[in-house]
Amino acid sequence: MKILVCLKQVPHQDARLDIDGAGTWIKEDGIKFEINSYDTFALEEALRIKDAGEAEVVVVSIGPDRVTQALRTALGMGADRAIHVKDAEIDGSDTLGIAKVLAAVAKEESPDLVLMGLMSDDGNASAVPPMMAELMGVPSATAVMKATPEGDGYRCERELEGGALEVVDLAKPCLIAVQSGLNQVRYASLKGIMAAKKKPMDTKSAGDLGLSGVVGAAGAKAQIEKIYAPVRGEGAEIIEGSTDEVVTQLVGKIKELGLL
Amino acid sequence: MDFSWGSELTSIRREAERLCEPFDDDYWSRCDEAHEFPWAFYRAFAEQGWIGILVPEAYGGAGLGTLHAGALLNAVAASAGAQNAASTLHLSIFGMGPVIHHGSEELKRRTLPPTASGELHVSFGVTEDDAGTDTSRIRTFARREGDGFVVNGKKVWNTKAQQAQKILLLARTTLREECARPLDGMTLFLANLDPDHVEIREIPKLGRNAVNSNEVYIDELPVSAADVVGEVGRGFYHLLDGLNPERIMIAAEAVGIGRRAVDAAARYAKGRIVFDRPIGQNQAIAHPLADSLSELEAADLLWQKAAWAYDSGEPAGPLANMAKLRASEAAFTACDRALQTFGGFGYAREFHVERYWREARLARIAPISNEMVRSYLAEHVLGLPRSH
Ligand SMILES: Cc1cc2nc3c(=O)[nH]c(=O)nc-3n(C[C@H](O)[C@H](O)[C@H](O)COP(=O)(O)OP(=O)(O)OC[C@H]3O[C@@H](n4cnc5c(N)ncnc54)[C@H](O)[C@@H]3O)c2cc1C
Ligand SMILES: Cc1cc2nc3c(=O)[nH]c(=O)nc-3n(C[C@H](O)[C@H](O)[C@H](O)COP(=O)(O)OP(=O)(O)OC[C@H]3O[C@@H](n4cnc5c(N)ncnc54)[C@H](O)[C@@H]3O)c2cc1C
Repeated sequence: MKILVCLKQVPHQDARLDIDGAGTWIKEDGIKFEINSYDTFALEEALRIKDAGEAEVVVVSIGPDRVTQALRTALGMGADRAIHVKDAEIDGSDTLGIAKVLAAVAKEESPDLVLMGLMSDDGNASAVPPMMAELMGVPSATAVMKATPEGDGYRCERELEGGALEVVDLAKPCLIAVQSGLNQVRYASLKGIMAAKKKPMDTKSAGDLGLSGVVGAAGAKAQIEKIYAPVRGEGAEIIEGSTDEVVTQLVGKIKELGLL
Repeated sequence: MDFSWGSELTSIRREAERLCEPFDDDYWSRCDEAHEFPWAFYRAFAEQGWIGILVPEAYGGAGLGTLHAGALLNAVAASAGAQNAASTLHLSIFGMGPVIHHGSEELKRRTLPPTASGELHVSFGVTEDDAGTDTSRIRTFARREGDGFVVNGKKVWNTKAQQAQKILLLARTTLREECARPLDGMTLFLANLDPDHVEIREIPKLGRNAVNSNEVYIDELPVSAADVVGEVGRGFYHLLDGLNPERIMIAAEAVGIGRRAVDAAARYAKGRIVFDRPIGQNQAIAHPLADSLSELEAADLLWQKAAWAYDSGEPAGPLANMAKLRASEAAFTACDRALQTFGGFGYAREFHVERYWREARLARIAPISNEMVRSYLAEHVLGLPRSH
């Protein structure tokens, strides 16, 4: 059994974000990055399958040199092998471009299962997993809260609106994009971190994956026009005081406005 | 020259940060105010194998060096737990150094694996009331009895003695007057803190109150010969080569606390509006914080250089002492400036800066006072006449 886990490295939740000169992305210099939180749950799910039996866990990440840190962390947590897709040509790819790269990696690896997060903390697009599954020609499920082996695949419980769950059965090979909070993500132990040093990490370019000229800004159907901080509006009311006071006032407000 | 940290050190730092995340300022405030040892925090690190970072692999540890331990403790001290958090781990990580370097094979096999796993807690018993920094004047005495020893005396400032099963105890086995040199005649023991022979009293103190420091009264405490660390009469010298790494780690910790204080102050100075502008727009607030930022960066490089020297077997004494001196001064100044930035709220517990400030004060005194560090540098690096 082989599991491919797709990891994105995103700015740390506490990082200070400033908009770059072009106004189309944030300044990445000097800020701290971490593994996209949704992807950590996917990785944990993969490691649990590995712990329960025979499975090889391969992690893949696209990005500049800094993403090797995310891959090393994943190796420290217990993944077996890492693939770093690094190519300036991929910069400016839209979600479809990223899905193409990941699908190309999946084609080379032919995993039985692809696990990834439902979306990324920075982009919030939720588009890559279904696109990737489509390109691979495998069944997929998103927002998965629980995946249990069933027959020749997985029975997945998907989170719908209003607390409802949808149950879908996927036959292997398949792709599962997980919702956050479906497990308790482990830490890398010190021994794990040391062992990670010796685990293999391959670097691949767009060309290696047969995608030269297909991905990157040139091939993108969507482009970021502009990013900006929301303009400060008027009329916000800040309720101050102890937790009890704040709650009492807030409930009062909600009732006053007839929202309940 | 390459200042980059590489993947292993960066991973150590990141994982330490992640492990610290659930333990926020409120957790540490509670532990500090209640004088409660932070067991949940300690166990989180013990479970992932961090306590054994310096213990050789053959005895269940990771066998890494000072740079790695410094990276860990630096990250831990930069968390909400500041010195409380660092001290919680520090002693377990560092304290057994003399056993690692000088202990008998049997002693190592018996005590290092439980140290690495975090089960065995050891207090450090060197300082005495009447001796102070002049260790040659300690009076705790171990007399020979049969195959072993019996110890009487009193130690002070023994950190974590409330939790510890054992104490690394320095005692005279020959009176000072009878020795060729004042620092001869002392022996290091890994003694049991046997409640029948030992009384432990917590010392009320300024800060770092989640981790206790104590007076330890020792009355007819039996210690077996197997628990002698290294050679009888050479105890002080066995401690010596642990002093440099300890100073390096204290420096790494101090830098972490200082950085936390400066970051908190900068965040506050951006949001706090007085006289219609963020207080951070006033150079009287901004410049001191910028000074601290650069002082801490300098100290950060210094402890790393000292660690590199120690780990590669180069002479590390001057660098370790300089790092400890610069880092502890920079850290306290940073906390003081941060406290000033918070104005009246800096004085309030709610904002936690006063806790960092109380804790950062410690490294200027312990494990060695900055006066003694300066005397060391003056004498051993500048070649000036010894002052004491
Ligand atoms: C919270 C805390 C935890 C501690 N934990 C431990 C522990 O776990 N184990 C342990 O053994 N000890 C521990 N200590 C003790 C610590 O190592 C000592 O406090 C420290 O070494 C200073 O010794 P002293 O307090 O006796 O000061 P003293 O030696 O009495 O010095 C008092 C002052 O005089 C100055 N001074 C002394 N001699 C000279 C000189 N020749 N020239 C110039 N100035 C001089 C000193 O710099 C200092 O400012 C701890 C202390 C504290 C506060
Ligand atoms: C223990 C205690 C007791 C107190 N008792 C009383 C009392 O009995 N009655 C009472 O009314 N108040 C009392 N205070 C409040 C005290 O007077 C204020 O804390 C003090 O005036 C500072 O105001 P602040 O805390 O709002 O700081 P801020 O005004 O927020 O200032 C924060 C920091 O910014 C600096 N700063 C602000 N503006 C500028 C500028 N333009 N240029 C340069 N620097 C600037 C300040 O110097 C300070 O370092 C007390 C405070 C404490 C801590």
